[in-house]
Amino acid sequence: MASYLLQRLAGTVPVLLLISLLVFLLIHAAPGDPTLLLLGEETNTAEIAKAKERWGLDQPVYLQYLKFLRSAAVGDFGKSFKYAEPVANVIKSRLPATLELAAFAIIIATLLAIPLGVWAGSRPNSWIDNLGTTFGLFGISMPSFWLAIMMILLLAGVLNILPTSGRSTYGVAGPEQTGFYIFDSIMQKNWPAVWDALTHIFMPALALGVNMLGILMRVTRSAILEVMNEDYVRTARAKGLQEENVVWRHVTSNALIPVVTVVGLELGTLLSGSIIVETVFAWPGGGSLLITALNARDYPLVTGLVMTYTVAFVAINLIIDGLYAVIDPRIRY
Amino acid sequence: MQSLTLESATERIPGRLAGIWPRLHVKAFTGGVIVLAFIFIGILGPSFAPHDPNKQELTRMMKAPQGIGAQNVLGTDNLGRDIVSRVIHGARVSLLVAFAVVFVSGFIGVTLGAISGYFGGKVDFVIQKLVEVVWAFPPLLLGITIMAFLGQGLFNLILALVAQRWIPYCRVVRGQALSLRERDFVVAARCLGATQGQIIVRHIIPNLIQTSLVIGTFAMASSIIAEASLSFLGVGVPPEIPTWGTMLADARIYISTAWWMPLFPGLCIFITVLGINLLGDALRDLLDPRLKRTGSGL
Repeated sequence: MASYLLQRLAGTVPVLLLISLLVFLLIHAAPGDPTLLLLGEETNTAEIAKAKERWGLDQPVYLQYLKFLRSAAVGDFGKSFKYAEPVANVIKSRLPATLELAAFAIIIATLLAIPLGVWAGSRPNSWIDNLGTTFGLFGISMPSFWLAIMMILLLAGVLNILPTSGRSTYGVAGPEQTGFYIFDSIMQKNWPAVWDALTHIFMPALALGVNMLGILMRVTRSAILEVMNEDYVRTARAKGLQEENVVWRHVTSNALIPVVTVVGLELGTLLSGSIIVETVFAWPGGGSLLITALNARDYPLVTGLVMTYTVAFVAINLIIDGLYAVIDPRIRY
Repeated sequence: MQSLTLESATERIPGRLAGIWPRLHVKAFTGGVIVLAFIFIGILGPSFAPHDPNKQELTRMMKAPQGIGAQNVLGTDNLGRDIVSRVIHGARVSLLVAFAVVFVSGFIGVTLGAISGYFGGKVDFVIQKLVEVVWAFPPLLLGITIMAFLGQGLFNLILALVAQRWIPYCRVVRGQALSLRERDFVVAARCLGATQGQIIVRHIIPNLIQTSLVIGTFAMASSIIAEASLSFLGVGVPPEIPTWGTMLADARIYISTAWWMPLFPGLCIFITVLGINLLGDALRDLLDPRLKRTGSGL
């Protein structure tokens, strides 16, 4: 299996190279001049020329790309035009927010979807199954950004119980350590800050996780339905086990294999979804940063962000493939 | 004893089907009605929309919904534009984008998938590498990047969405074509002297239609959401074309003052996508239950 994964890992190198070339060319060829956008329309030509020279924009694109490749190979994506800081640092400061949001979205989605899916799948065509199926269908059909807006309208506007944007209330959180607010606050035993961070993350995480929730629920349900017909389930019943035990011990543990794959596959969609959800909630993560960088035509930052997301996406798929073999011993690579 | 088991066996089969059929009917019927309404409004809607969707009436800004029979049934937006009219015109854009994306990406995906699976070898390798590269992009990210390059526009948006939506067709179709080419009727056609092109067009592709139809339905739902998402982010269609996504983007800063501005366009997206998904579920159960595992994450 190790050799299979190594082979897959080697296979991703040309893919990532091609993607970097594609993104680099698309961004550089896009209309809009970063020097004009950042320095303003009234800048004189000498200043523009100076900025172009400083950012390396005076060189031909293929040279810029080769230079980019050489430094990107060691994790250096150059300096952001807009923030005048190394791209790696800018991304590093924003990434924990995105990761924290994604983690919470997954937690909410799995905690709701799996019990619901198991419940629905173990009683096909009952009222609970109908309710669960409808719920799942609503989940996959829900545009996350609309759910986000409606939640802001209801929970923040009408009921006024949750904050509308940002990650924390100013002054509540202690000094930043890892950048994961909830984790940091727990470590510092700052309970009001933990609560504050939780109230901020709830709506964005639910909005981000809603599609995954729907898909997971449906996949769990159909996996359970399938496993319920297996011989070992009949054996477990024949032994006189209680139905609860049969469903949770024998059925669920076996039905979770496809569920894990779907979690992995959906992580990519989750990453994309975070771009739009972060924009709605002014969540200071990588997604909202991408939109800002794109509007400023901040070439190094856009390329760096797109590459970060893509590498994460490819890595997740690899890990899921590996994990699959661990969960299901029947799979051999 | 014998007669008893026989009886219960004959009873069980229609019994099982009976469990599935009503559910299938409800799904197909509800989904069908929603989708037909969507198509109807998308095509004919603009002719019965009460107002010009872009006409600004600054004296009638942010009017709350006034109910049926009033001047602005669902209210007006921040520029005094009629929300009903904008929602109706928005349906046309969603319909156009959805169908264009599904047909173009379906055509590309099925063709490349069939070629890839049927021929194998070098052709397969090149096509599959292409699939791998596009597939490695997080979906919305590719759309945003392409739109940044092409600029806002309806045609560009369709192009950007097609760029990634042919992949599911290609992957599934390739797998099926791989097994189809070994089947007896294909071998027979080859023995009778049919050319490669004839075999693909006459024998392989017709057998891939059912699966593609199911994938197409789900692709339609996802392209409607993707169109709205890109327009919402400001990289989709230009602001002068009313769409559900741009309406939501306009509504964002007025959430607390005008609830009707985000409610109606979003509800339209939700109901339309729900209808398409219902129809897709019914189609899949009917035509290709093997796809069920993917939970429509196609």
